[in-house]
This record gives sequence, C-alpha cells and structure tokens, in this order.
Amino acid sequence: MNRTVIPFGPQHPVLPEPLHLKLVMEDEKVVEAIPAIGYVHRGLEKLTEVKEFTQNTYIVERICGICSVMHAQAYCQGIEAMMNIQVPDRARYLRVIWAELHRIHSHLLWLGLLADSFGFESLFMQAWRNREKVMDIMEETAGSRVVISCNTIGGTRRDISKEHLVKISVIADEIMEDMKQIEAAFLNDYTVKHRLVGVGVLTKEQAYKFGAVGPMARASGIAQDHRTTGYAAYGELDFAPVVENDGDSYARTAVRLKEVYQSIKLIKQAIAKIPEGEISVLVKGNPNGEVISRVEQPRGEVMYYIKGNNTKNLERLRVRTPTFANIPTLLQMLPGSQLADVPVLLLTIDPCISCTER
Amino acid sequence: MFDMLGNIMKNLLSKPATRMYPFEKRENFKNTRGQLGDIDIDACIFCSICAKKCPSDAIIVNRNEKSWEVDRYKCIVCGVCTEVCPKKCLHMEEQYKTASYTKENAKFVQQPKPEAPAGQSQEQKQ
Repeated sequence: MNRTVIPFGPQHPVLPEPLHLKLVMEDEKVVEAIPAIGYVHRGLEKLTEVKEFTQNTYIVERICGICSVMHAQAYCQGIEAMMNIQVPDRARYLRVIWAELHRIHSHLLWLGLLADSFGFESLFMQAWRNREKVMDIMEETAGSRVVISCNTIGGTRRDISKEHLVKISVIADEIMEDMKQIEAAFLNDYTVKHRLVGVGVLTKEQAYKFGAVGPMARASGIAQDHRTTGYAAYGELDFAPVVENDGDSYARTAVRLKEVYQSIKLIKQAIAKIPEGEISVLVKGNPNGEVISRVEQPRGEVMYYIKGNNTKNLERLRVRTPTFANIPTLLQMLPGSQLADVPVLLLTIDPCISCTER
Repeated sequence: MFDMLGNIMKNLLSKPATRMYPFEKRENFKNTRGQLGDIDIDACIFCSICAKKCPSDAIIVNRNEKSWEVDRYKCIVCGVCTEVCPKKCLHMEEQYKTASYTKENAKFVQQPKPEAPAGQSQEQKQ
C-alpha cells in the first residue's frame, strides 16, 4: 500500500505547545512517527551560566509553567546538597505542600486537556473549574498563580500562616468532593472508555526499555516514584506509588486521577505534621563541585546536573525533563494506532514541550 | 454516561463559575505579587543591590544622576529587589500591570534635598 506522510503539529488544536510529528501513514493507520522538536528552545541552560547561582532559581522556574515549583525545588536541593546546607524542617514541609498543590493543578489541567482532546467540552470545563480553586489558594499563600517563586536556596521565601493552612485543608476537601464528581465520568463513561481502553498500550518491558518516567511508567506497572526516596519531607509522610498494570490510555488517566487524591492526602498529612520554626537559613559562599538532584514532577522525574566552580556563576547546569524521557515511549505507542487516536495518545504522555527544549 | 448527566444538570441549575469580568472584578489577594510598585525615591541610597540581584536586569540605577528606573515589561515580578533593598524603599503592588500604549521605563530621579536640612548639616560640620 502507498504510504503518505501527514504532518501533525506544531500547530494543532490539541497541542498547547509546539511539537511536530511526521506521521507515516498506510491508509488510516500510523506506521511510523518521526518527531521534530526545537520550536520553543530558549537557551535557558546557557543563561544559567551567565547569571548568579542565586538568580538561577527564578530562571529554572521559568523552564516550565506547570511544574515551576518542582524545577526550583530540584535546583535548590542540588545547590543545598553541594553547599551542605541544612534546610529548616518547616521549609521542607512547606515545599511539600506547594509541590503537591502544583501536582493537583497540573493533573487537573491535564484531565481537562484530555477531555478536550476527545471532544468532551463540559468535562473539560469542569476539570478546569476545579483547578481554579488550587490556583487561587496558591496565589493567596505564595503570591502568584503559576510561577510561585517560593523556593530559595536555604529554604522558602514565604511562610504559610495557620489560617491559610486551615484554608488549604478545607479546599483540599472541596477538591476531593469535586474530583469524585468528575472521576465517574472519566472512568465509567461509555464514550470516554471507548476512546481510552486498549488504546496505545505500552507494555511493562517497553516502558522499562525506553525509560518511561512518572505516570507513564506507573500506568505500565513499574512502581517508580521518586518521592519514595524521601527528599524534602516525603520521608516522613505515608504514601505509596499509584500503580496500574494495563499500560493503556485508560490506565494513565486512572493513575493521574488517583494521584490527585494521593496529593490531597499528602497535603493533609503535611499540614497535620508541619513543625513551627524558621523557614530559611542564610547562605554564605559559593557552590563548588558537582551534584545530581532529582525530584518527582507531575510528569515524572526531573534530573538536574549542577556543576559549580567556587564562583558565583555555575559552570554547567543540565536539565533532563520528564517529557524528554517520555517521547521515545510515545514513538513506541504510535505505530499501529489510528490517526483519530493520535491526539489522545499524544496527550496521554502529558507533553510539556517547553520543559523538553528549555 | 448518567454520572455526567447528573453533573450537567447540577451545572445548569447552579450559579455560573465565571464572573462578568469588566463589571465585576475579583479583589486581589493580600501580598500578591502583581507588579513592582513605584520606588520611594527619597529613601533610596542608590546602592544598586536591587539592580545586581534582579534576574532579568530590569532595574537600572545611576548613582551620579541619582536616578532609578525599571522596565516593567522586563520585570518578572519575582520580588527579589524588595527583599534585598536595605532601605526597604521598594514594594510590590497587588494590582498587576495593565496594558499601556507606550513601552517606557518608569524613571525616578531624586530631587536635591531642600536647603534647610543641608544648611543644618553644614552648620553641624562647622
């Protein structure tokens, strides 16, 4: 049969960010997918070598709009490890609270986008309406909706007052109720299931071989969650990775839905356990040596390689983001699928192209 | 399918989640980083720490001219300058920067101090 090449993206209604895929088609079936990235490269890694290491916190936050707090957290934890800085206990818990709020809003955003990709507009709007509560509480506690800039080397820049902690816990309960409403639609609805179940299966072996991270790996049965290593205050909180075994789009949806509940529980635990005290320590000197710092983002594990040379500028900062690791798995899933399923499949890796290209 | 129908009925019968924006505005939260406010130029000592710490180089301080300027389109509203200012003459405003027709830096020049205090200091020196 004749093969045709259909360009998919960089401008496509389903893509919030520019990713280009050349789809080699046989009739309606995808045979091969060739990715092309580089549309939003901004040279942020190079910029971090020019700026001071303290200023870099605000640069790495702008790598990604959706998981900004985790980027800053990974960077700060790396520098703190390099300079042997002991972060105050309260700051560790505050980092957990903000990071989990971020995870909730990222997953709700993704659930909305997924609903949009299979044309379920009311579900899309409902997911985003729920997300707005998280955005508001972040603005109230940290001062900004998305790029909240609350991490700094040596701790956090802001404290959360007692009233706000209570409010976060009330809002967490509200989101739990809202989530139960939309969960039924995502997991039990006939049409939604028709679009998700059995579509884009990634087996456990494939996920392992091609280095899937985050919800992609967990939906394929690999119980890998970097939070279990206990960075920040995660070691003192009780949770287990959410794992599904089917490896299809439905399993990935289920993993992210359940992670919202998991994040709510983590926030409530952190609020119950948060100690009083200082929120940051003074940082003196310059970083020297090299370090690898890893943090679990909503999309998976982000890795920071930081090399300092005892000056205020870093010698090298390298970021490997989760979407970069997940694109090979996407290329494994696409061959054999129908053209109409490509938008949904592409979304199930939760692509963040700004992260990938930096 | 019926799960979602229930949701849709509930949404139809409940109040809208959105606001009639230009007529009904949400109040800004306290301590929101909306934009960098105008400097209290009389308190400024032109140490230029804010300009050095600014991640986006949005602030220009001129010691000779006694001027301080900010490019609010370059500013990334991180609020570092307000934290490092030794005189605390910078502050964040809760209202974000609205659209404008011109792209100008906001420039502030410290006026020479009134005669009387200067005369006093001279007297003290004598």
